[in-house]
Amino acid sequence: MSSQDIPEETLPSAQGAHEGAVATAGDPFADPGLPPHEHRIQDIDEQAARRSERVVAMLFTLSMLATVGFIASYVTLPVDKNIYVFPIGHISALNFALGLTLGVALFCIGAGAVHWARTLMSDVEVADDRHPIEASPEVKAKVMDDFRQGAEESGLGRRKLIRNTMFGALALLPLSAVVLFRDLGPLPGTKLRKTAWSEGKMLINQNTMQPLRPEDVQVGSLTFAMPEGMKEEDHDFQQEIAKAALMIVRLRPENIKDKRSLDWSADGIVAYSKICTHVGCPISLYEQQTHHVLCPCHQSTFDLSDGGRVIFGPAGHALPQLRIKVNDKGYLEAMGDFSEPVGPAFWERG
Amino acid sequence: MKKLSARRRHPLAAVVVLLFALAVTGGLYAAFAPADTAKADDSAQSLAIEEGKKLYSVGCASCHGTGGQGTSDGPSLIGVGAAAVDFQVATGRMPLQQQGAQAPRKKVIYSQAEIDQLGAYIASLGAGPAVPSKSQYSPDGADIAKGGELFRTNCAQCHNFTGKGGALSNGKYAPTLEGVKPKHIYEAMQTGPQNMPSFPDTTMSEKNKKDIIAYLGEVNSDKTKSPGGLELGGLGPVSEGLFAWIFGLGALVAVAIWVAARTAKAKKS
Repeated sequence: MSSQDIPEETLPSAQGAHEGAVATAGDPFADPGLPPHEHRIQDIDEQAARRSERVVAMLFTLSMLATVGFIASYVTLPVDKNIYVFPIGHISALNFALGLTLGVALFCIGAGAVHWARTLMSDVEVADDRHPIEASPEVKAKVMDDFRQGAEESGLGRRKLIRNTMFGALALLPLSAVVLFRDLGPLPGTKLRKTAWSEGKMLINQNTMQPLRPEDVQVGSLTFAMPEGMKEEDHDFQQEIAKAALMIVRLRPENIKDKRSLDWSADGIVAYSKICTHVGCPISLYEQQTHHVLCPCHQSTFDLSDGGRVIFGPAGHALPQLRIKVNDKGYLEAMGDFSEPVGPAFWERG
Repeated sequence: MKKLSARRRHPLAAVVVLLFALAVTGGLYAAFAPADTAKADDSAQSLAIEEGKKLYSVGCASCHGTGGQGTSDGPSLIGVGAAAVDFQVATGRMPLQQQGAQAPRKKVIYSQAEIDQLGAYIASLGAGPAVPSKSQYSPDGADIAKGGELFRTNCAQCHNFTGKGGALSNGKYAPTLEGVKPKHIYEAMQTGPQNMPSFPDTTMSEKNKKDIIAYLGEVNSDKTKSPGGLELGGLGPVSEGLFAWIFGLGALVAVAIWVAARTAKAKKS
């Protein structure tokens, strides 16, 4: 763009003619200064100013009415009444009324304030020059004198006992915070390695709360089980089931590719931990034709026909398998705990 | 006879012969048809199997084999039961339009009577779950809260906590359960269609299934109450967050720009 394209009045030389200008002639980077102040219609026309005042007052009044409406709808509307509102669809009348009135109340305060500021409050541009932040040498000297005098009068240098005990008190105080760290413990002990499963515990179907028989489980079915002796009312039920949750699937024995997995199954029934070995999400997105189990969190995929091997995703360990057998009474039972920790890896797992 | 023979070349002879033949056929039919119906009443099942076999040969045999034994294009149907047939055909999944990751729900091609005949034929190939009766799948009197618990334990991992569906691997997906009839939900649990595992009565009792159907009727049907309004697909915090960030914050940004762009000056520049 050549200088011919720039309109005459925006050039620095033309701008420099305005009041408050500090430009020196011939300086191409001169500060153009503030443009001349232009009045708003409300500054010139008293009628318009009064109109603006009325609009602002109306907005604030509307906000007050909406607040009253909020309280009124909270008190009067029943909780379970549903209405149809386009385009939201079916919605609770109470939720809708509360949201609408609160929204209007807040919006009107904001809109009123913005309209007030833009039309009625002064919009005259004001220049405020910067001034040095540094204090004058006299003030500095006085502050230093005051400090020295204070230090002398406190006797900190002279009365050593006070000084040392104060340092001692200040040094010890943070220790009270340090001992509170104990409450982060105690160390988990064997909790990360052991679950509620142990030898001889029967597999209880989580739907029917009955012990599972091998004939209950069909090829292609999916069942969830928990160890015998656990009750949902137990205070530690959630903690225990979070580790012990079990997924029961029956495969045709010839489809089980992993030798150990086959040994640990009973009549082709394999029992795997339901807890993903990545970060511990419950996994049970079981595809019965591929025998794959997916984790909904990060898409780790395990092959139940191949010892729970990870075939996709971020999981680092195969899914732990529980060794099961059919007991004398014909029920499925565990032959011990999981041989490795269930769920995500941890520091000491190695 | 001679008279008759002489007129055999008469222009109307063909018409007369045709009428005579039609009358005889009709008469014979009238004589034998009632007997046939009576026989069918005795063995409606075998007739249904017979009819089902015909329908099967036309519509299904190319993939599932002439005797339901399965081919490389379709699984064996021996032992899948009438419930599986009713689910697959009455939701339009079968007959398949094309091979793919998964058979989608689409327009139903067969009438319910034809589906029942197909079911009877498949059931005759090997024992499998029968089509449930209304008393089995009707959600009346079921425990909705228990159903919710069972749904979250057994189904929610794939179908989402209110049955909106979700993705699986390699183009497979768990379909939404919106607008699926209770009967078909029951059959799906019973038979485990495609990659869905089955939940037989031995591990999930009839009462459990009823509770689950009642729960779905409560949270995922046209009668569902949604106190929050706009559901955004009911997919949870992801879609809600996306909506709030794009439309909520977007509206705020637009208003801020609009307020700042307008000048209050009397002389517009």
